[in-house]
Amino acid sequence: MTDKSHDPNQMTGAAMIVRTLIDHGVQHLFGYPGGAVLPIYDEIFQQSEVEHILVRHEQGAGHAAEGYARSTGKPGVVLVTSGPGATNMVTPLTDALMDSIPLVCITGQVPTHLIGNDAFQECDTVGITRPCTKHNWLVRDVNDLAKVLHEAFYVATTGRPGPVVVDVPKDVQFAVGTYHPPRRDDVHVSYTPRVKGDAAQIRKAVALLASAKRPVIYSGGGVINSGPEASKLLRELVEVTGFPITSTLMGLGAYPATGKNWLGMLGMHGTYEANMTMHDCDVMLCVGARFDDRITGRTDAFSPGSKKIHIDIDPSSINKNIRVDVPIIGDAGNVLGDLLQVFKAEAKRPDIKSWWQEIATWRARNSLAYKKNNDVILPQYAIQKLFEATRGHDTYITTEVGQHQMWAAQFFGFEEPHRWMTSGGLGTMGYGLPAALGVQVAHRDSLVIDIAGDASVQMTMQEMSTAVQFELPIKIFILNNQYMGMVRQWQQLLHGNRLSHSYSEALPDFVKLADAFGCVGLQAVKPGDLDGALKEMISVKRPVLFDCRVAALENCFPMIPSGKAHNEMLLPVEATDEATAAAFAGGKALV
Amino acid sequence: MNQPASAYFLEERHDPNETHTLSVLVQNEPGVLARVIGLFSGRGYNIESLTVSETESQKHLSRITIVTTGTPMVIEQIKHQLDRMVPVYRVVDMTITGRSIERELAMVKVRGGGDNRVEALRLADAFRARVIDATTESFVFEITGNSSKINQFIDLMRPLGLVEVSRTGVAAIGRGPEGM
Ligand SMILES: Cc1ncc(C[n+]2csc(CCOP(=O)(O)OP(=O)(O)O)c2C)c(N)n1
Ligand SMILES: [Mg+2]
Repeated sequence: MTDKSHDPNQMTGAAMIVRTLIDHGVQHLFGYPGGAVLPIYDEIFQQSEVEHILVRHEQGAGHAAEGYARSTGKPGVVLVTSGPGATNMVTPLTDALMDSIPLVCITGQVPTHLIGNDAFQECDTVGITRPCTKHNWLVRDVNDLAKVLHEAFYVATTGRPGPVVVDVPKDVQFAVGTYHPPRRDDVHVSYTPRVKGDAAQIRKAVALLASAKRPVIYSGGGVINSGPEASKLLRELVEVTGFPITSTLMGLGAYPATGKNWLGMLGMHGTYEANMTMHDCDVMLCVGARFDDRITGRTDAFSPGSKKIHIDIDPSSINKNIRVDVPIIGDAGNVLGDLLQVFKAEAKRPDIKSWWQEIATWRARNSLAYKKNNDVILPQYAIQKLFEATRGHDTYITTEVGQHQMWAAQFFGFEEPHRWMTSGGLGTMGYGLPAALGVQVAHRDSLVIDIAGDASVQMTMQEMSTAVQFELPIKIFILNNQYMGMVRQWQQLLHGNRLSHSYSEALPDFVKLADAFGCVGLQAVKPGDLDGALKEMISVKRPVLFDCRVAALENCFPMIPSGKAHNEMLLPVEATDEATAAAFAGGKALV
Repeated sequence: MNQPASAYFLEERHDPNETHTLSVLVQNEPGVLARVIGLFSGRGYNIESLTVSETESQKHLSRITIVTTGTPMVIEQIKHQLDRMVPVYRVVDMTITGRSIERELAMVKVRGGGDNRVEALRLADAFRARVIDATTESFVFEITGNSSKINQFIDLMRPLGLVEVSRTGVAAIGRGPEGM
């Protein structure tokens, strides 16, 4: 036997975990300690390359890592203990899976010989997280640990990104084994996502685009995930073709909101022009989006007259909800690059002047218009004011879930990708505050704002304490309507105005709460208060909780009523009680 | 169109269902079968039959054969969903390639005497089923073939004293010299 005691690659499992993080360039780790991860925490204590951000609840660690990942394009890394630590991660893992966000989550596990014994803080972590991860592993041998961890980073970040879990029993953390730095054969040969699009399909797509009379580009989060180059190529494609472009909630910022071909967001609360353009188009180019039910409305009436091109890295997204004519499997940026090249070489941009004229008539309906009010702050107005106040700042926005999220998407203009972090697929209330922490950790000097609702913000409120501890000056801007507004809106529209448990009873005094946490509390009650308070919020270099009192009963329009098609939108000005009742007929009548 | 109060589009499509046999080559690692089954239950797909066994022990490869039913769009989804799983190497739709052989093995226990016993033996012979266990009042037959042949045999045994059946589920392989 050779003496291995001086081999630098001999180390404990716990040391391997920290070494792996360093070797993958991880600078920040979000976590919460417990018995089953103490050996790893001991290693963290003895080094300074990876900064550990201690949250107040494991869910917060998960969402913070999501915000970190979405704003940087790098994987977010989480460390939690066994049992309750792992189960508290289920929501952020599912959230990351739905929104294709790369997360590497390391969970502690009870020692291998106790697995299956109902040991203290034991749970079947790989069993519980199997359906909410892209892949997961239980490592039983310290000599497999390095390979599994490297593979975990690879799987999380390649193809369609997503969350992975590596479950490491405590005895494996203590055991000594051989580490190796990342290398090619760490990767499952069975996992080789396709990046480059098929050339013949791309030609077909270009021919379709060149022959279009009423085209539209519909882009999604996949363009953002692909990296900044993809957004650049998307912009160039819009420039070269002259086509109108809309985007999903997840895709905002890939094309600038001030761009002249921008139609606004599409879908249930999208603009009238975006949805009408989708409905009446003859050629649709979908890039990195997945025709989800909040986008399509009723599927049998979705864009009935169009030929559809679909670029997606995940073959299972193709033909899942909507049949497409030209599927192209590959990375959004890679395929857009090839498509552009072929288009420029072989195609001429079609004349779509009359199509733009038609779009102009839809735009003229001004579907985001709302009635001004001098006495109470309307939520739409508050977002517009916030947007104005942040101009010129290096701004990142996260949101919670509800009406405020939709108003943020409608009224806050995004010029760049990676600036907008929201829970789209899962719709997780409580996402925005910890996500903002994660963003701020990655961008210390930027302005990071969580546009929140009074109900959502209470779900992960405790992370204010994390913000204070790590001097993360996030701004939590609560559109406080004293309701679970989105729930109330649906109860009004669909359940006979019976407002069952949607009133935010016994709200805390947010200003005092901020004070208790050691943050800055601000409040605006009248429209006239907004400018000054916003200015103060932005200028203080500490975490701020901003209680913005808005009209309690405002509803979010435009809206595609349930089971209706894109061309049956309800616009705000037309959303009188009678019109709304008629639009939602089939549901319960409105009171 | 009338539908109850929901923001989801609730009407189902009514495309006709098809039955497909899928061969799935997977890395034989802990939990891989749970992943495949979890995919089917989690997404509401049907499993008519599922067989699995390691087929190349040196490479740690297992082959799973799944018989499933669904609309053409659902079958396409199932294949893609399987294919994108990390430990899955390949998914081949044996029904689409149309050049595959499917076999199942069943052991069929029949109890009785007199004419029924004679008739059971005679039918077993016609179906090329072998007797693999016998007592004075019972037989266990072993029969291989495609599922419909086995179904037919079982139906014939029912009135003759069928006690119980154990089936392996379908295994499938392509015709010709090429592998999957
Ligand atoms: C964790 C979680 N539970 C429940 C819901 C259902 N839900 C969606 S929006 C909403 C109300 C949100 O209220 P608030 O945060 O005040 O936002 P508003 O709609 O008033 O702007 C609820 C309960 C959800 N999305 N997430
Ligand atoms: Mg609210």
